[in-house]
Amino acid sequence: MADLRTNFLGIKSPNPFWLASAPPTDKEYNVVRAFKAGWGGVVWKTLGEDPAVVNVNGPRYGAIHGPDRSLLGFNNIELITDRPLEVNLREIKQVKRDWPDRALVVSLMVPCEEQNWIDILRRVEETEADGVELNFGCPHGMSERGMGSAVGQVPEYIEMVTRWCKQHTRMPVIVKLTPNITDIRNPARAAHAGGADAVSLINTINSIVSVDLDQMAPYPTIDGQGAHGGYCGPAVKPIALNMVAEIARDPQTQGLPISGIGGVTTWRDAAEFMALGAGTVQVCTAAMTYGFRIVEDLIDGLSDWMDEKGYTSVDEVVGRAVPKVTDWQRLNLNYVVKARIDQDACIKCGRCHIACEDTSHQAITAMKDGLRHFEVIDEECVGCNLCVSVCPVEDCITMEHIAEGTDPRTGKPIDPNYANWTTHPNNPNRVPEAAE
Amino acid sequence: MADALVTPDIRAGRLTADDYLENFEDLHPPLGVHEARVEADRCYFCYDAPCTIACPTSIDIPKFIRQIATGNPLGSAKTIFEQNILGGMCARVCPTETLCEEACVRNLAEDRPVSIGLLQRHATDTFLARNASLPYERAAPTGKRVVVVGGGPAGLSCAHALAREGHDVTIFEARPKLGGLNEYGIAAYKTTHDFAQAEVDFVLSIGGITVKCDTALGRDITLEGLRRDFDAVFLGMGLGGVNALRTEGEDLAGVIDAVAYIAELRQAQDLSALPVGRKVVVIGGGMTAIDIAVQIKRLGAEEVTIAYRRDREAMKASAYEQEIALTNGVVIRECLAPRRLIGEGGHVRAIELERMLPDSAGRLTGTGESVTLEADQVFKAIGQTFVPDALGGGEALELDGGRIGVDADRRTSLTGVWAGGDCVAGGEDLTVASVEDGKIAAASIHAALSA
Repeated sequence: MADLRTNFLGIKSPNPFWLASAPPTDKEYNVVRAFKAGWGGVVWKTLGEDPAVVNVNGPRYGAIHGPDRSLLGFNNIELITDRPLEVNLREIKQVKRDWPDRALVVSLMVPCEEQNWIDILRRVEETEADGVELNFGCPHGMSERGMGSAVGQVPEYIEMVTRWCKQHTRMPVIVKLTPNITDIRNPARAAHAGGADAVSLINTINSIVSVDLDQMAPYPTIDGQGAHGGYCGPAVKPIALNMVAEIARDPQTQGLPISGIGGVTTWRDAAEFMALGAGTVQVCTAAMTYGFRIVEDLIDGLSDWMDEKGYTSVDEVVGRAVPKVTDWQRLNLNYVVKARIDQDACIKCGRCHIACEDTSHQAITAMKDGLRHFEVIDEECVGCNLCVSVCPVEDCITMEHIAEGTDPRTGKPIDPNYANWTTHPNNPNRVPEAAE
Repeated sequence: MADALVTPDIRAGRLTADDYLENFEDLHPPLGVHEARVEADRCYFCYDAPCTIACPTSIDIPKFIRQIATGNPLGSAKTIFEQNILGGMCARVCPTETLCEEACVRNLAEDRPVSIGLLQRHATDTFLARNASLPYERAAPTGKRVVVVGGGPAGLSCAHALAREGHDVTIFEARPKLGGLNEYGIAAYKTTHDFAQAEVDFVLSIGGITVKCDTALGRDITLEGLRRDFDAVFLGMGLGGVNALRTEGEDLAGVIDAVAYIAELRQAQDLSALPVGRKVVVIGGGMTAIDIAVQIKRLGAEEVTIAYRRDREAMKASAYEQEIALTNGVVIRECLAPRRLIGEGGHVRAIELERMLPDSAGRLTGTGESVTLEADQVFKAIGQTFVPDALGGGEALELDGGRIGVDADRRTSLTGVWAGGDCVAGGEDLTVASVEDGKIAAASIHAALSA
């Protein structure tokens, strides 16, 4: 069995699966249940200053569902912990004492004054927690008060607060980033510049999950009104993956440890985040959907997959796909593929045909010799992958690499050599030699 | 053999009141809202969908299923009614396993088609529960008068389509109620809670349709008279006769025409009043044979055997229908042809059958081996026939294979006379095919009247 033990900034955990700072980590009761279930670590739900914040007494959550009520996207308007600081600190101390082998990081959010951070860091240190995570991500409620994503959207603030924290604590400092920005690299660079030991991302995305068309108000609706919340769950994974990869491959932040967050539901999701540079992953929505027991398969699945692939430790996986992430302009324009439909697997639904016919390149037949028959017309196929995406049968349509000969679509010989946009004749800014 | 026989065991009220309710509830319970959405999501929304091609009325099935999936069941029902105004009944009685569901591409993927029939029922039931009347308005009156003979699926479909175009329609129906086989023929557990009459009311709500029941062609009205009094005539009177066994003992008491018994069952206010034998033999291999066998079993018969002269593959009842019979405890015995009904005291006590074997040319020949089955009741379900007598004198309608001959537009050989449903040649004897006949004839009549 592969070794799933993780050493992230010196914080050790038996596996890379941490629960993100959120309702599942709000108190001792939940966290102990999580550790009993097998979670490698938790980031305790964000602590603020007393008096504690209050939450709405109406609904806090809303969801996007699949037809069978599978939860695809999740939205919340809950704030940071609404329990007294002292109670949280006491419980953190107790849990860390009882579970020394698990990671216990404490999420923090206080106003942007140095003394406020000094005060809270001092109190957290007394709990012997393993580290702190600076919550610069929450996009609702707290941001209206100049905290959370209001900080995360201003790189200078990120750098300033991070620097204070590094200066005033011996604990590792993780900076949690908001995705509600235009270029994730800038806040990551700011955190790095401030001395952050790691970044974690993504926090939730500004969202109105749906509109109640009877009340004519955003959902969840509080006495006839609604406010934007933060979006998370499986739907946000692609956004999170991209942001993680952007930071991992940015020369200015190269090597900065990343804790990946955003829609991690299965071991495969976790493996993908890790391949793009995440040293640990944090989970919330999946646990809130199914309960803590999902960690069993996260562990088994990741371990089995690593065994199958011959990876013996987590470190061998982390960042492995990062070198393959590039810019569009560096993609090989001489690489030609054509769709191939496996006629034995085809169930003749015709979705590939109508998708291609109506919205793409008219490259799939609907009929052949008077019979219902779907086949790729190589002369028209640009290899776009739309048919693969819409086909309901897995692996029925695949993309075949045409390595040599003539591309029937262009009538031109296939060039076996790599060539990208930087040298393409159509590029007004082309250069003589391809940039690789 | 005869010595062992005692008085025939035929009784009413073999079951408790709860048994009757349970046995004659929906064979397939309707889908709930969530079930319907989940099932609807299984539809791939195929291009040029094979299910729609397979539907005799060409209902846009992917569209109506998508409308269920998006939470628009009323729009879904409108999509169905646009092609098939009796979509509610067809959802219940269509042999979907040999029509739309057989064509579903899911069969290729996983051997389990989308439950199109149940989804259609969900949409149409939802519509009917919320709306008593049709989603259409009649066109301005044309002043043209059309007569429809027979208020079954073909006649109702035709009458509705013509009334919608603004023509005045009169339906003459020989029985006391409209609906035809929907009211008198379909197995009770397929159309529960008087759905047939609710659907008739729904169809008639378009307006402009006058109904005259208890009025039979050849008895109360003549074709000649109708041609004289109306601008167009549509004949949809179905099949009035049943085939005879033509064996010794056919006139014994307890030898019963299945079609008549089912009609009685469908009209019965109290199922416990129906006479039910302990041992029952059903002769035949079609839908009527299955329907009588299952219903008599559900009325409390102890042993019910379907005897069919060919093998099971040759039965007109689909494999799916046969399965229903088998799961209801009916025994199907194949390759047995009736030879003699044995009676005692004027009442049937047993039936003697001969084992048949197909010869090398596929023709059935008797083997001489005799099989005798004890029976308190023997039901004949060996097919219905068209009775042309009612068409009367005057100019004769051309028949084709014993039924009314029609062209692609459902025109008969007589000017101004169209026909459809089971009474015409070349049909499939299905409710849905009759609806389509009525639709096609109505379009042709409307074109003729508008010319």
